[in-house]
Amino acid sequence: MLRLESIGHDFGRQRTLENIELTVSPGESVCLVGPSGCGKTTLLRIAAGLVTSTEGRVSDGFRRSTVVFQEPRLLPWRRLLDNIGLGLKAMGVPRRERLARARLLADELGLAGHHGHYPHELSGGMQQRVALARALAVDADLLLLDEPFSALDVGLRSEAQTLLIGLLARRGIASLLVTHDLTEALRLGHRVVVLSPSPGRIVYEQRIELPFAERDTAFLYEAAGALLRQSAVAESFLFRQDEVSP
Amino acid sequence: MKRSLPTRGVETLLGWGGSLTGVLLFVALWEWGSLVYGSFLLPGPRDALAALGRLWQEDAAAAVWATTWRAMLGFALAALVGTALGILAGLSRTVGRALEPVSTVLLGIPPIAWIVLAILWFGSGSLATVYTVMATSLPISFAGAQMGALTRDRRLQEMADVFSVPPLMRLFDFHLPHIVSYVFPALITALGVAWKVAVMAELFATEDGIGAGLAMARVNLDTAAAMAWVVLVVALLLVAEHGLLRPLQRRMEPWRQTGRGGS
Repeated sequence: MLRLESIGHDFGRQRTLENIELTVSPGESVCLVGPSGCGKTTLLRIAAGLVTSTEGRVSDGFRRSTVVFQEPRLLPWRRLLDNIGLGLKAMGVPRRERLARARLLADELGLAGHHGHYPHELSGGMQQRVALARALAVDADLLLLDEPFSALDVGLRSEAQTLLIGLLARRGIASLLVTHDLTEALRLGHRVVVLSPSPGRIVYEQRIELPFAERDTAFLYEAAGALLRQSAVAESFLFRQDEVSP
Repeated sequence: MKRSLPTRGVETLLGWGGSLTGVLLFVALWEWGSLVYGSFLLPGPRDALAALGRLWQEDAAAAVWATTWRAMLGFALAALVGTALGILAGLSRTVGRALEPVSTVLLGIPPIAWIVLAILWFGSGSLATVYTVMATSLPISFAGAQMGALTRDRRLQEMADVFSVPPLMRLFDFHLPHIVSYVFPALITALGVAWKVAVMAELFATEDGIGAGLAMARVNLDTAAAMAWVVLVVALLLVAEHGLLRPLQRRMEPWRQTGRGGS
């Protein structure tokens, strides 16, 4: 279990996060949603251990957690399979084995036939799938995702979301996903947590019982509408125009 | 992007044609200048070629070899030391602060001053030439490597943190491939400097080599021979750059090639 206890964070003289309490249980998918500049990326980086929060405690009981960033962040000078196997190489897995595992993952994520390509030869959607495969390769049981699909166009994004749901469910991986898109959060989360801007506070939380497969477009828009009728959610999304950009 | 073979062939020919046009234009201007000023002040291309043939029979190959090994030895030393120090200076802020002024001072000293100092320290001979070449091309390779190490992508560093990449792998998989792309252009510049400085140093410090040949041409008032030596130096530089450094770069950076197709 990942537990964030009374997290507060200052960025310079600006208060970015205030008294955040959040847990992610094994196998659970939590979506953190909020407008840009509300400190949700900072919170994810704190959860990943990349940033130390000014106040509060992070305890990570998962075996291994990895991050998928907003951009693919692949090594431009390494081929696809070597990029997927990067985490394995860091763990000291021999080359033959890590290439074999990378090959399996690449095929599972629809990257067969591109094994020898360099990142610049791949499309944006493919690059992001390579980044996802790289995170899955180290056999993580917690995935921290920072707006991983925000750079993709609508069709590709929906495709990538379906892929992610399948991958997480098959492996029983827990996830904490940050997004500014309410419908994305409603589609991917067992639980949706809404953050308000400056300073970031949790203002609303909702559990979604409907199975992923039954969450169609009609449901997503209806649920998003219902969420926005909650005054706390509406306020953090609609009526705060004075927020700072990240 | 992939294009058909004939299209690419035509493009290559046009490319060569373009370069050839430039060269021919230059030769034509040279010929015209020679006609205007007379063949004593400015011998034409044909005179230079004839002089080159004459020199070749008088064993210019030995001179070329002498200059080549001096220039290449000085360049190789400068490239090794400069790149290593530059990487250190870029990776560590403390080392960078300590070495940067030294590099600036070295860069500010004119090559001619180095030659005088080198002759005073080492006496006339090959050592003075090699030293001068090294001293003048070292700051260039240093600056290239330092710039490469300074411009590392911080987002990739963060990714390395996420996957707990060990230090040695960080150096070879993250830092060096990036630095190499800055080092090669710097080395190509340094090579040009090395060649020119080697010839200049030989003019003062040695009794063989292309520089010494130029000195001899000056004594004999043989402008055609001087031109012939210049042609030889330029040819050697082109061979070193396109025969050695650029193929090496293509081998070390295969990931760049496909993106270059059209240019």
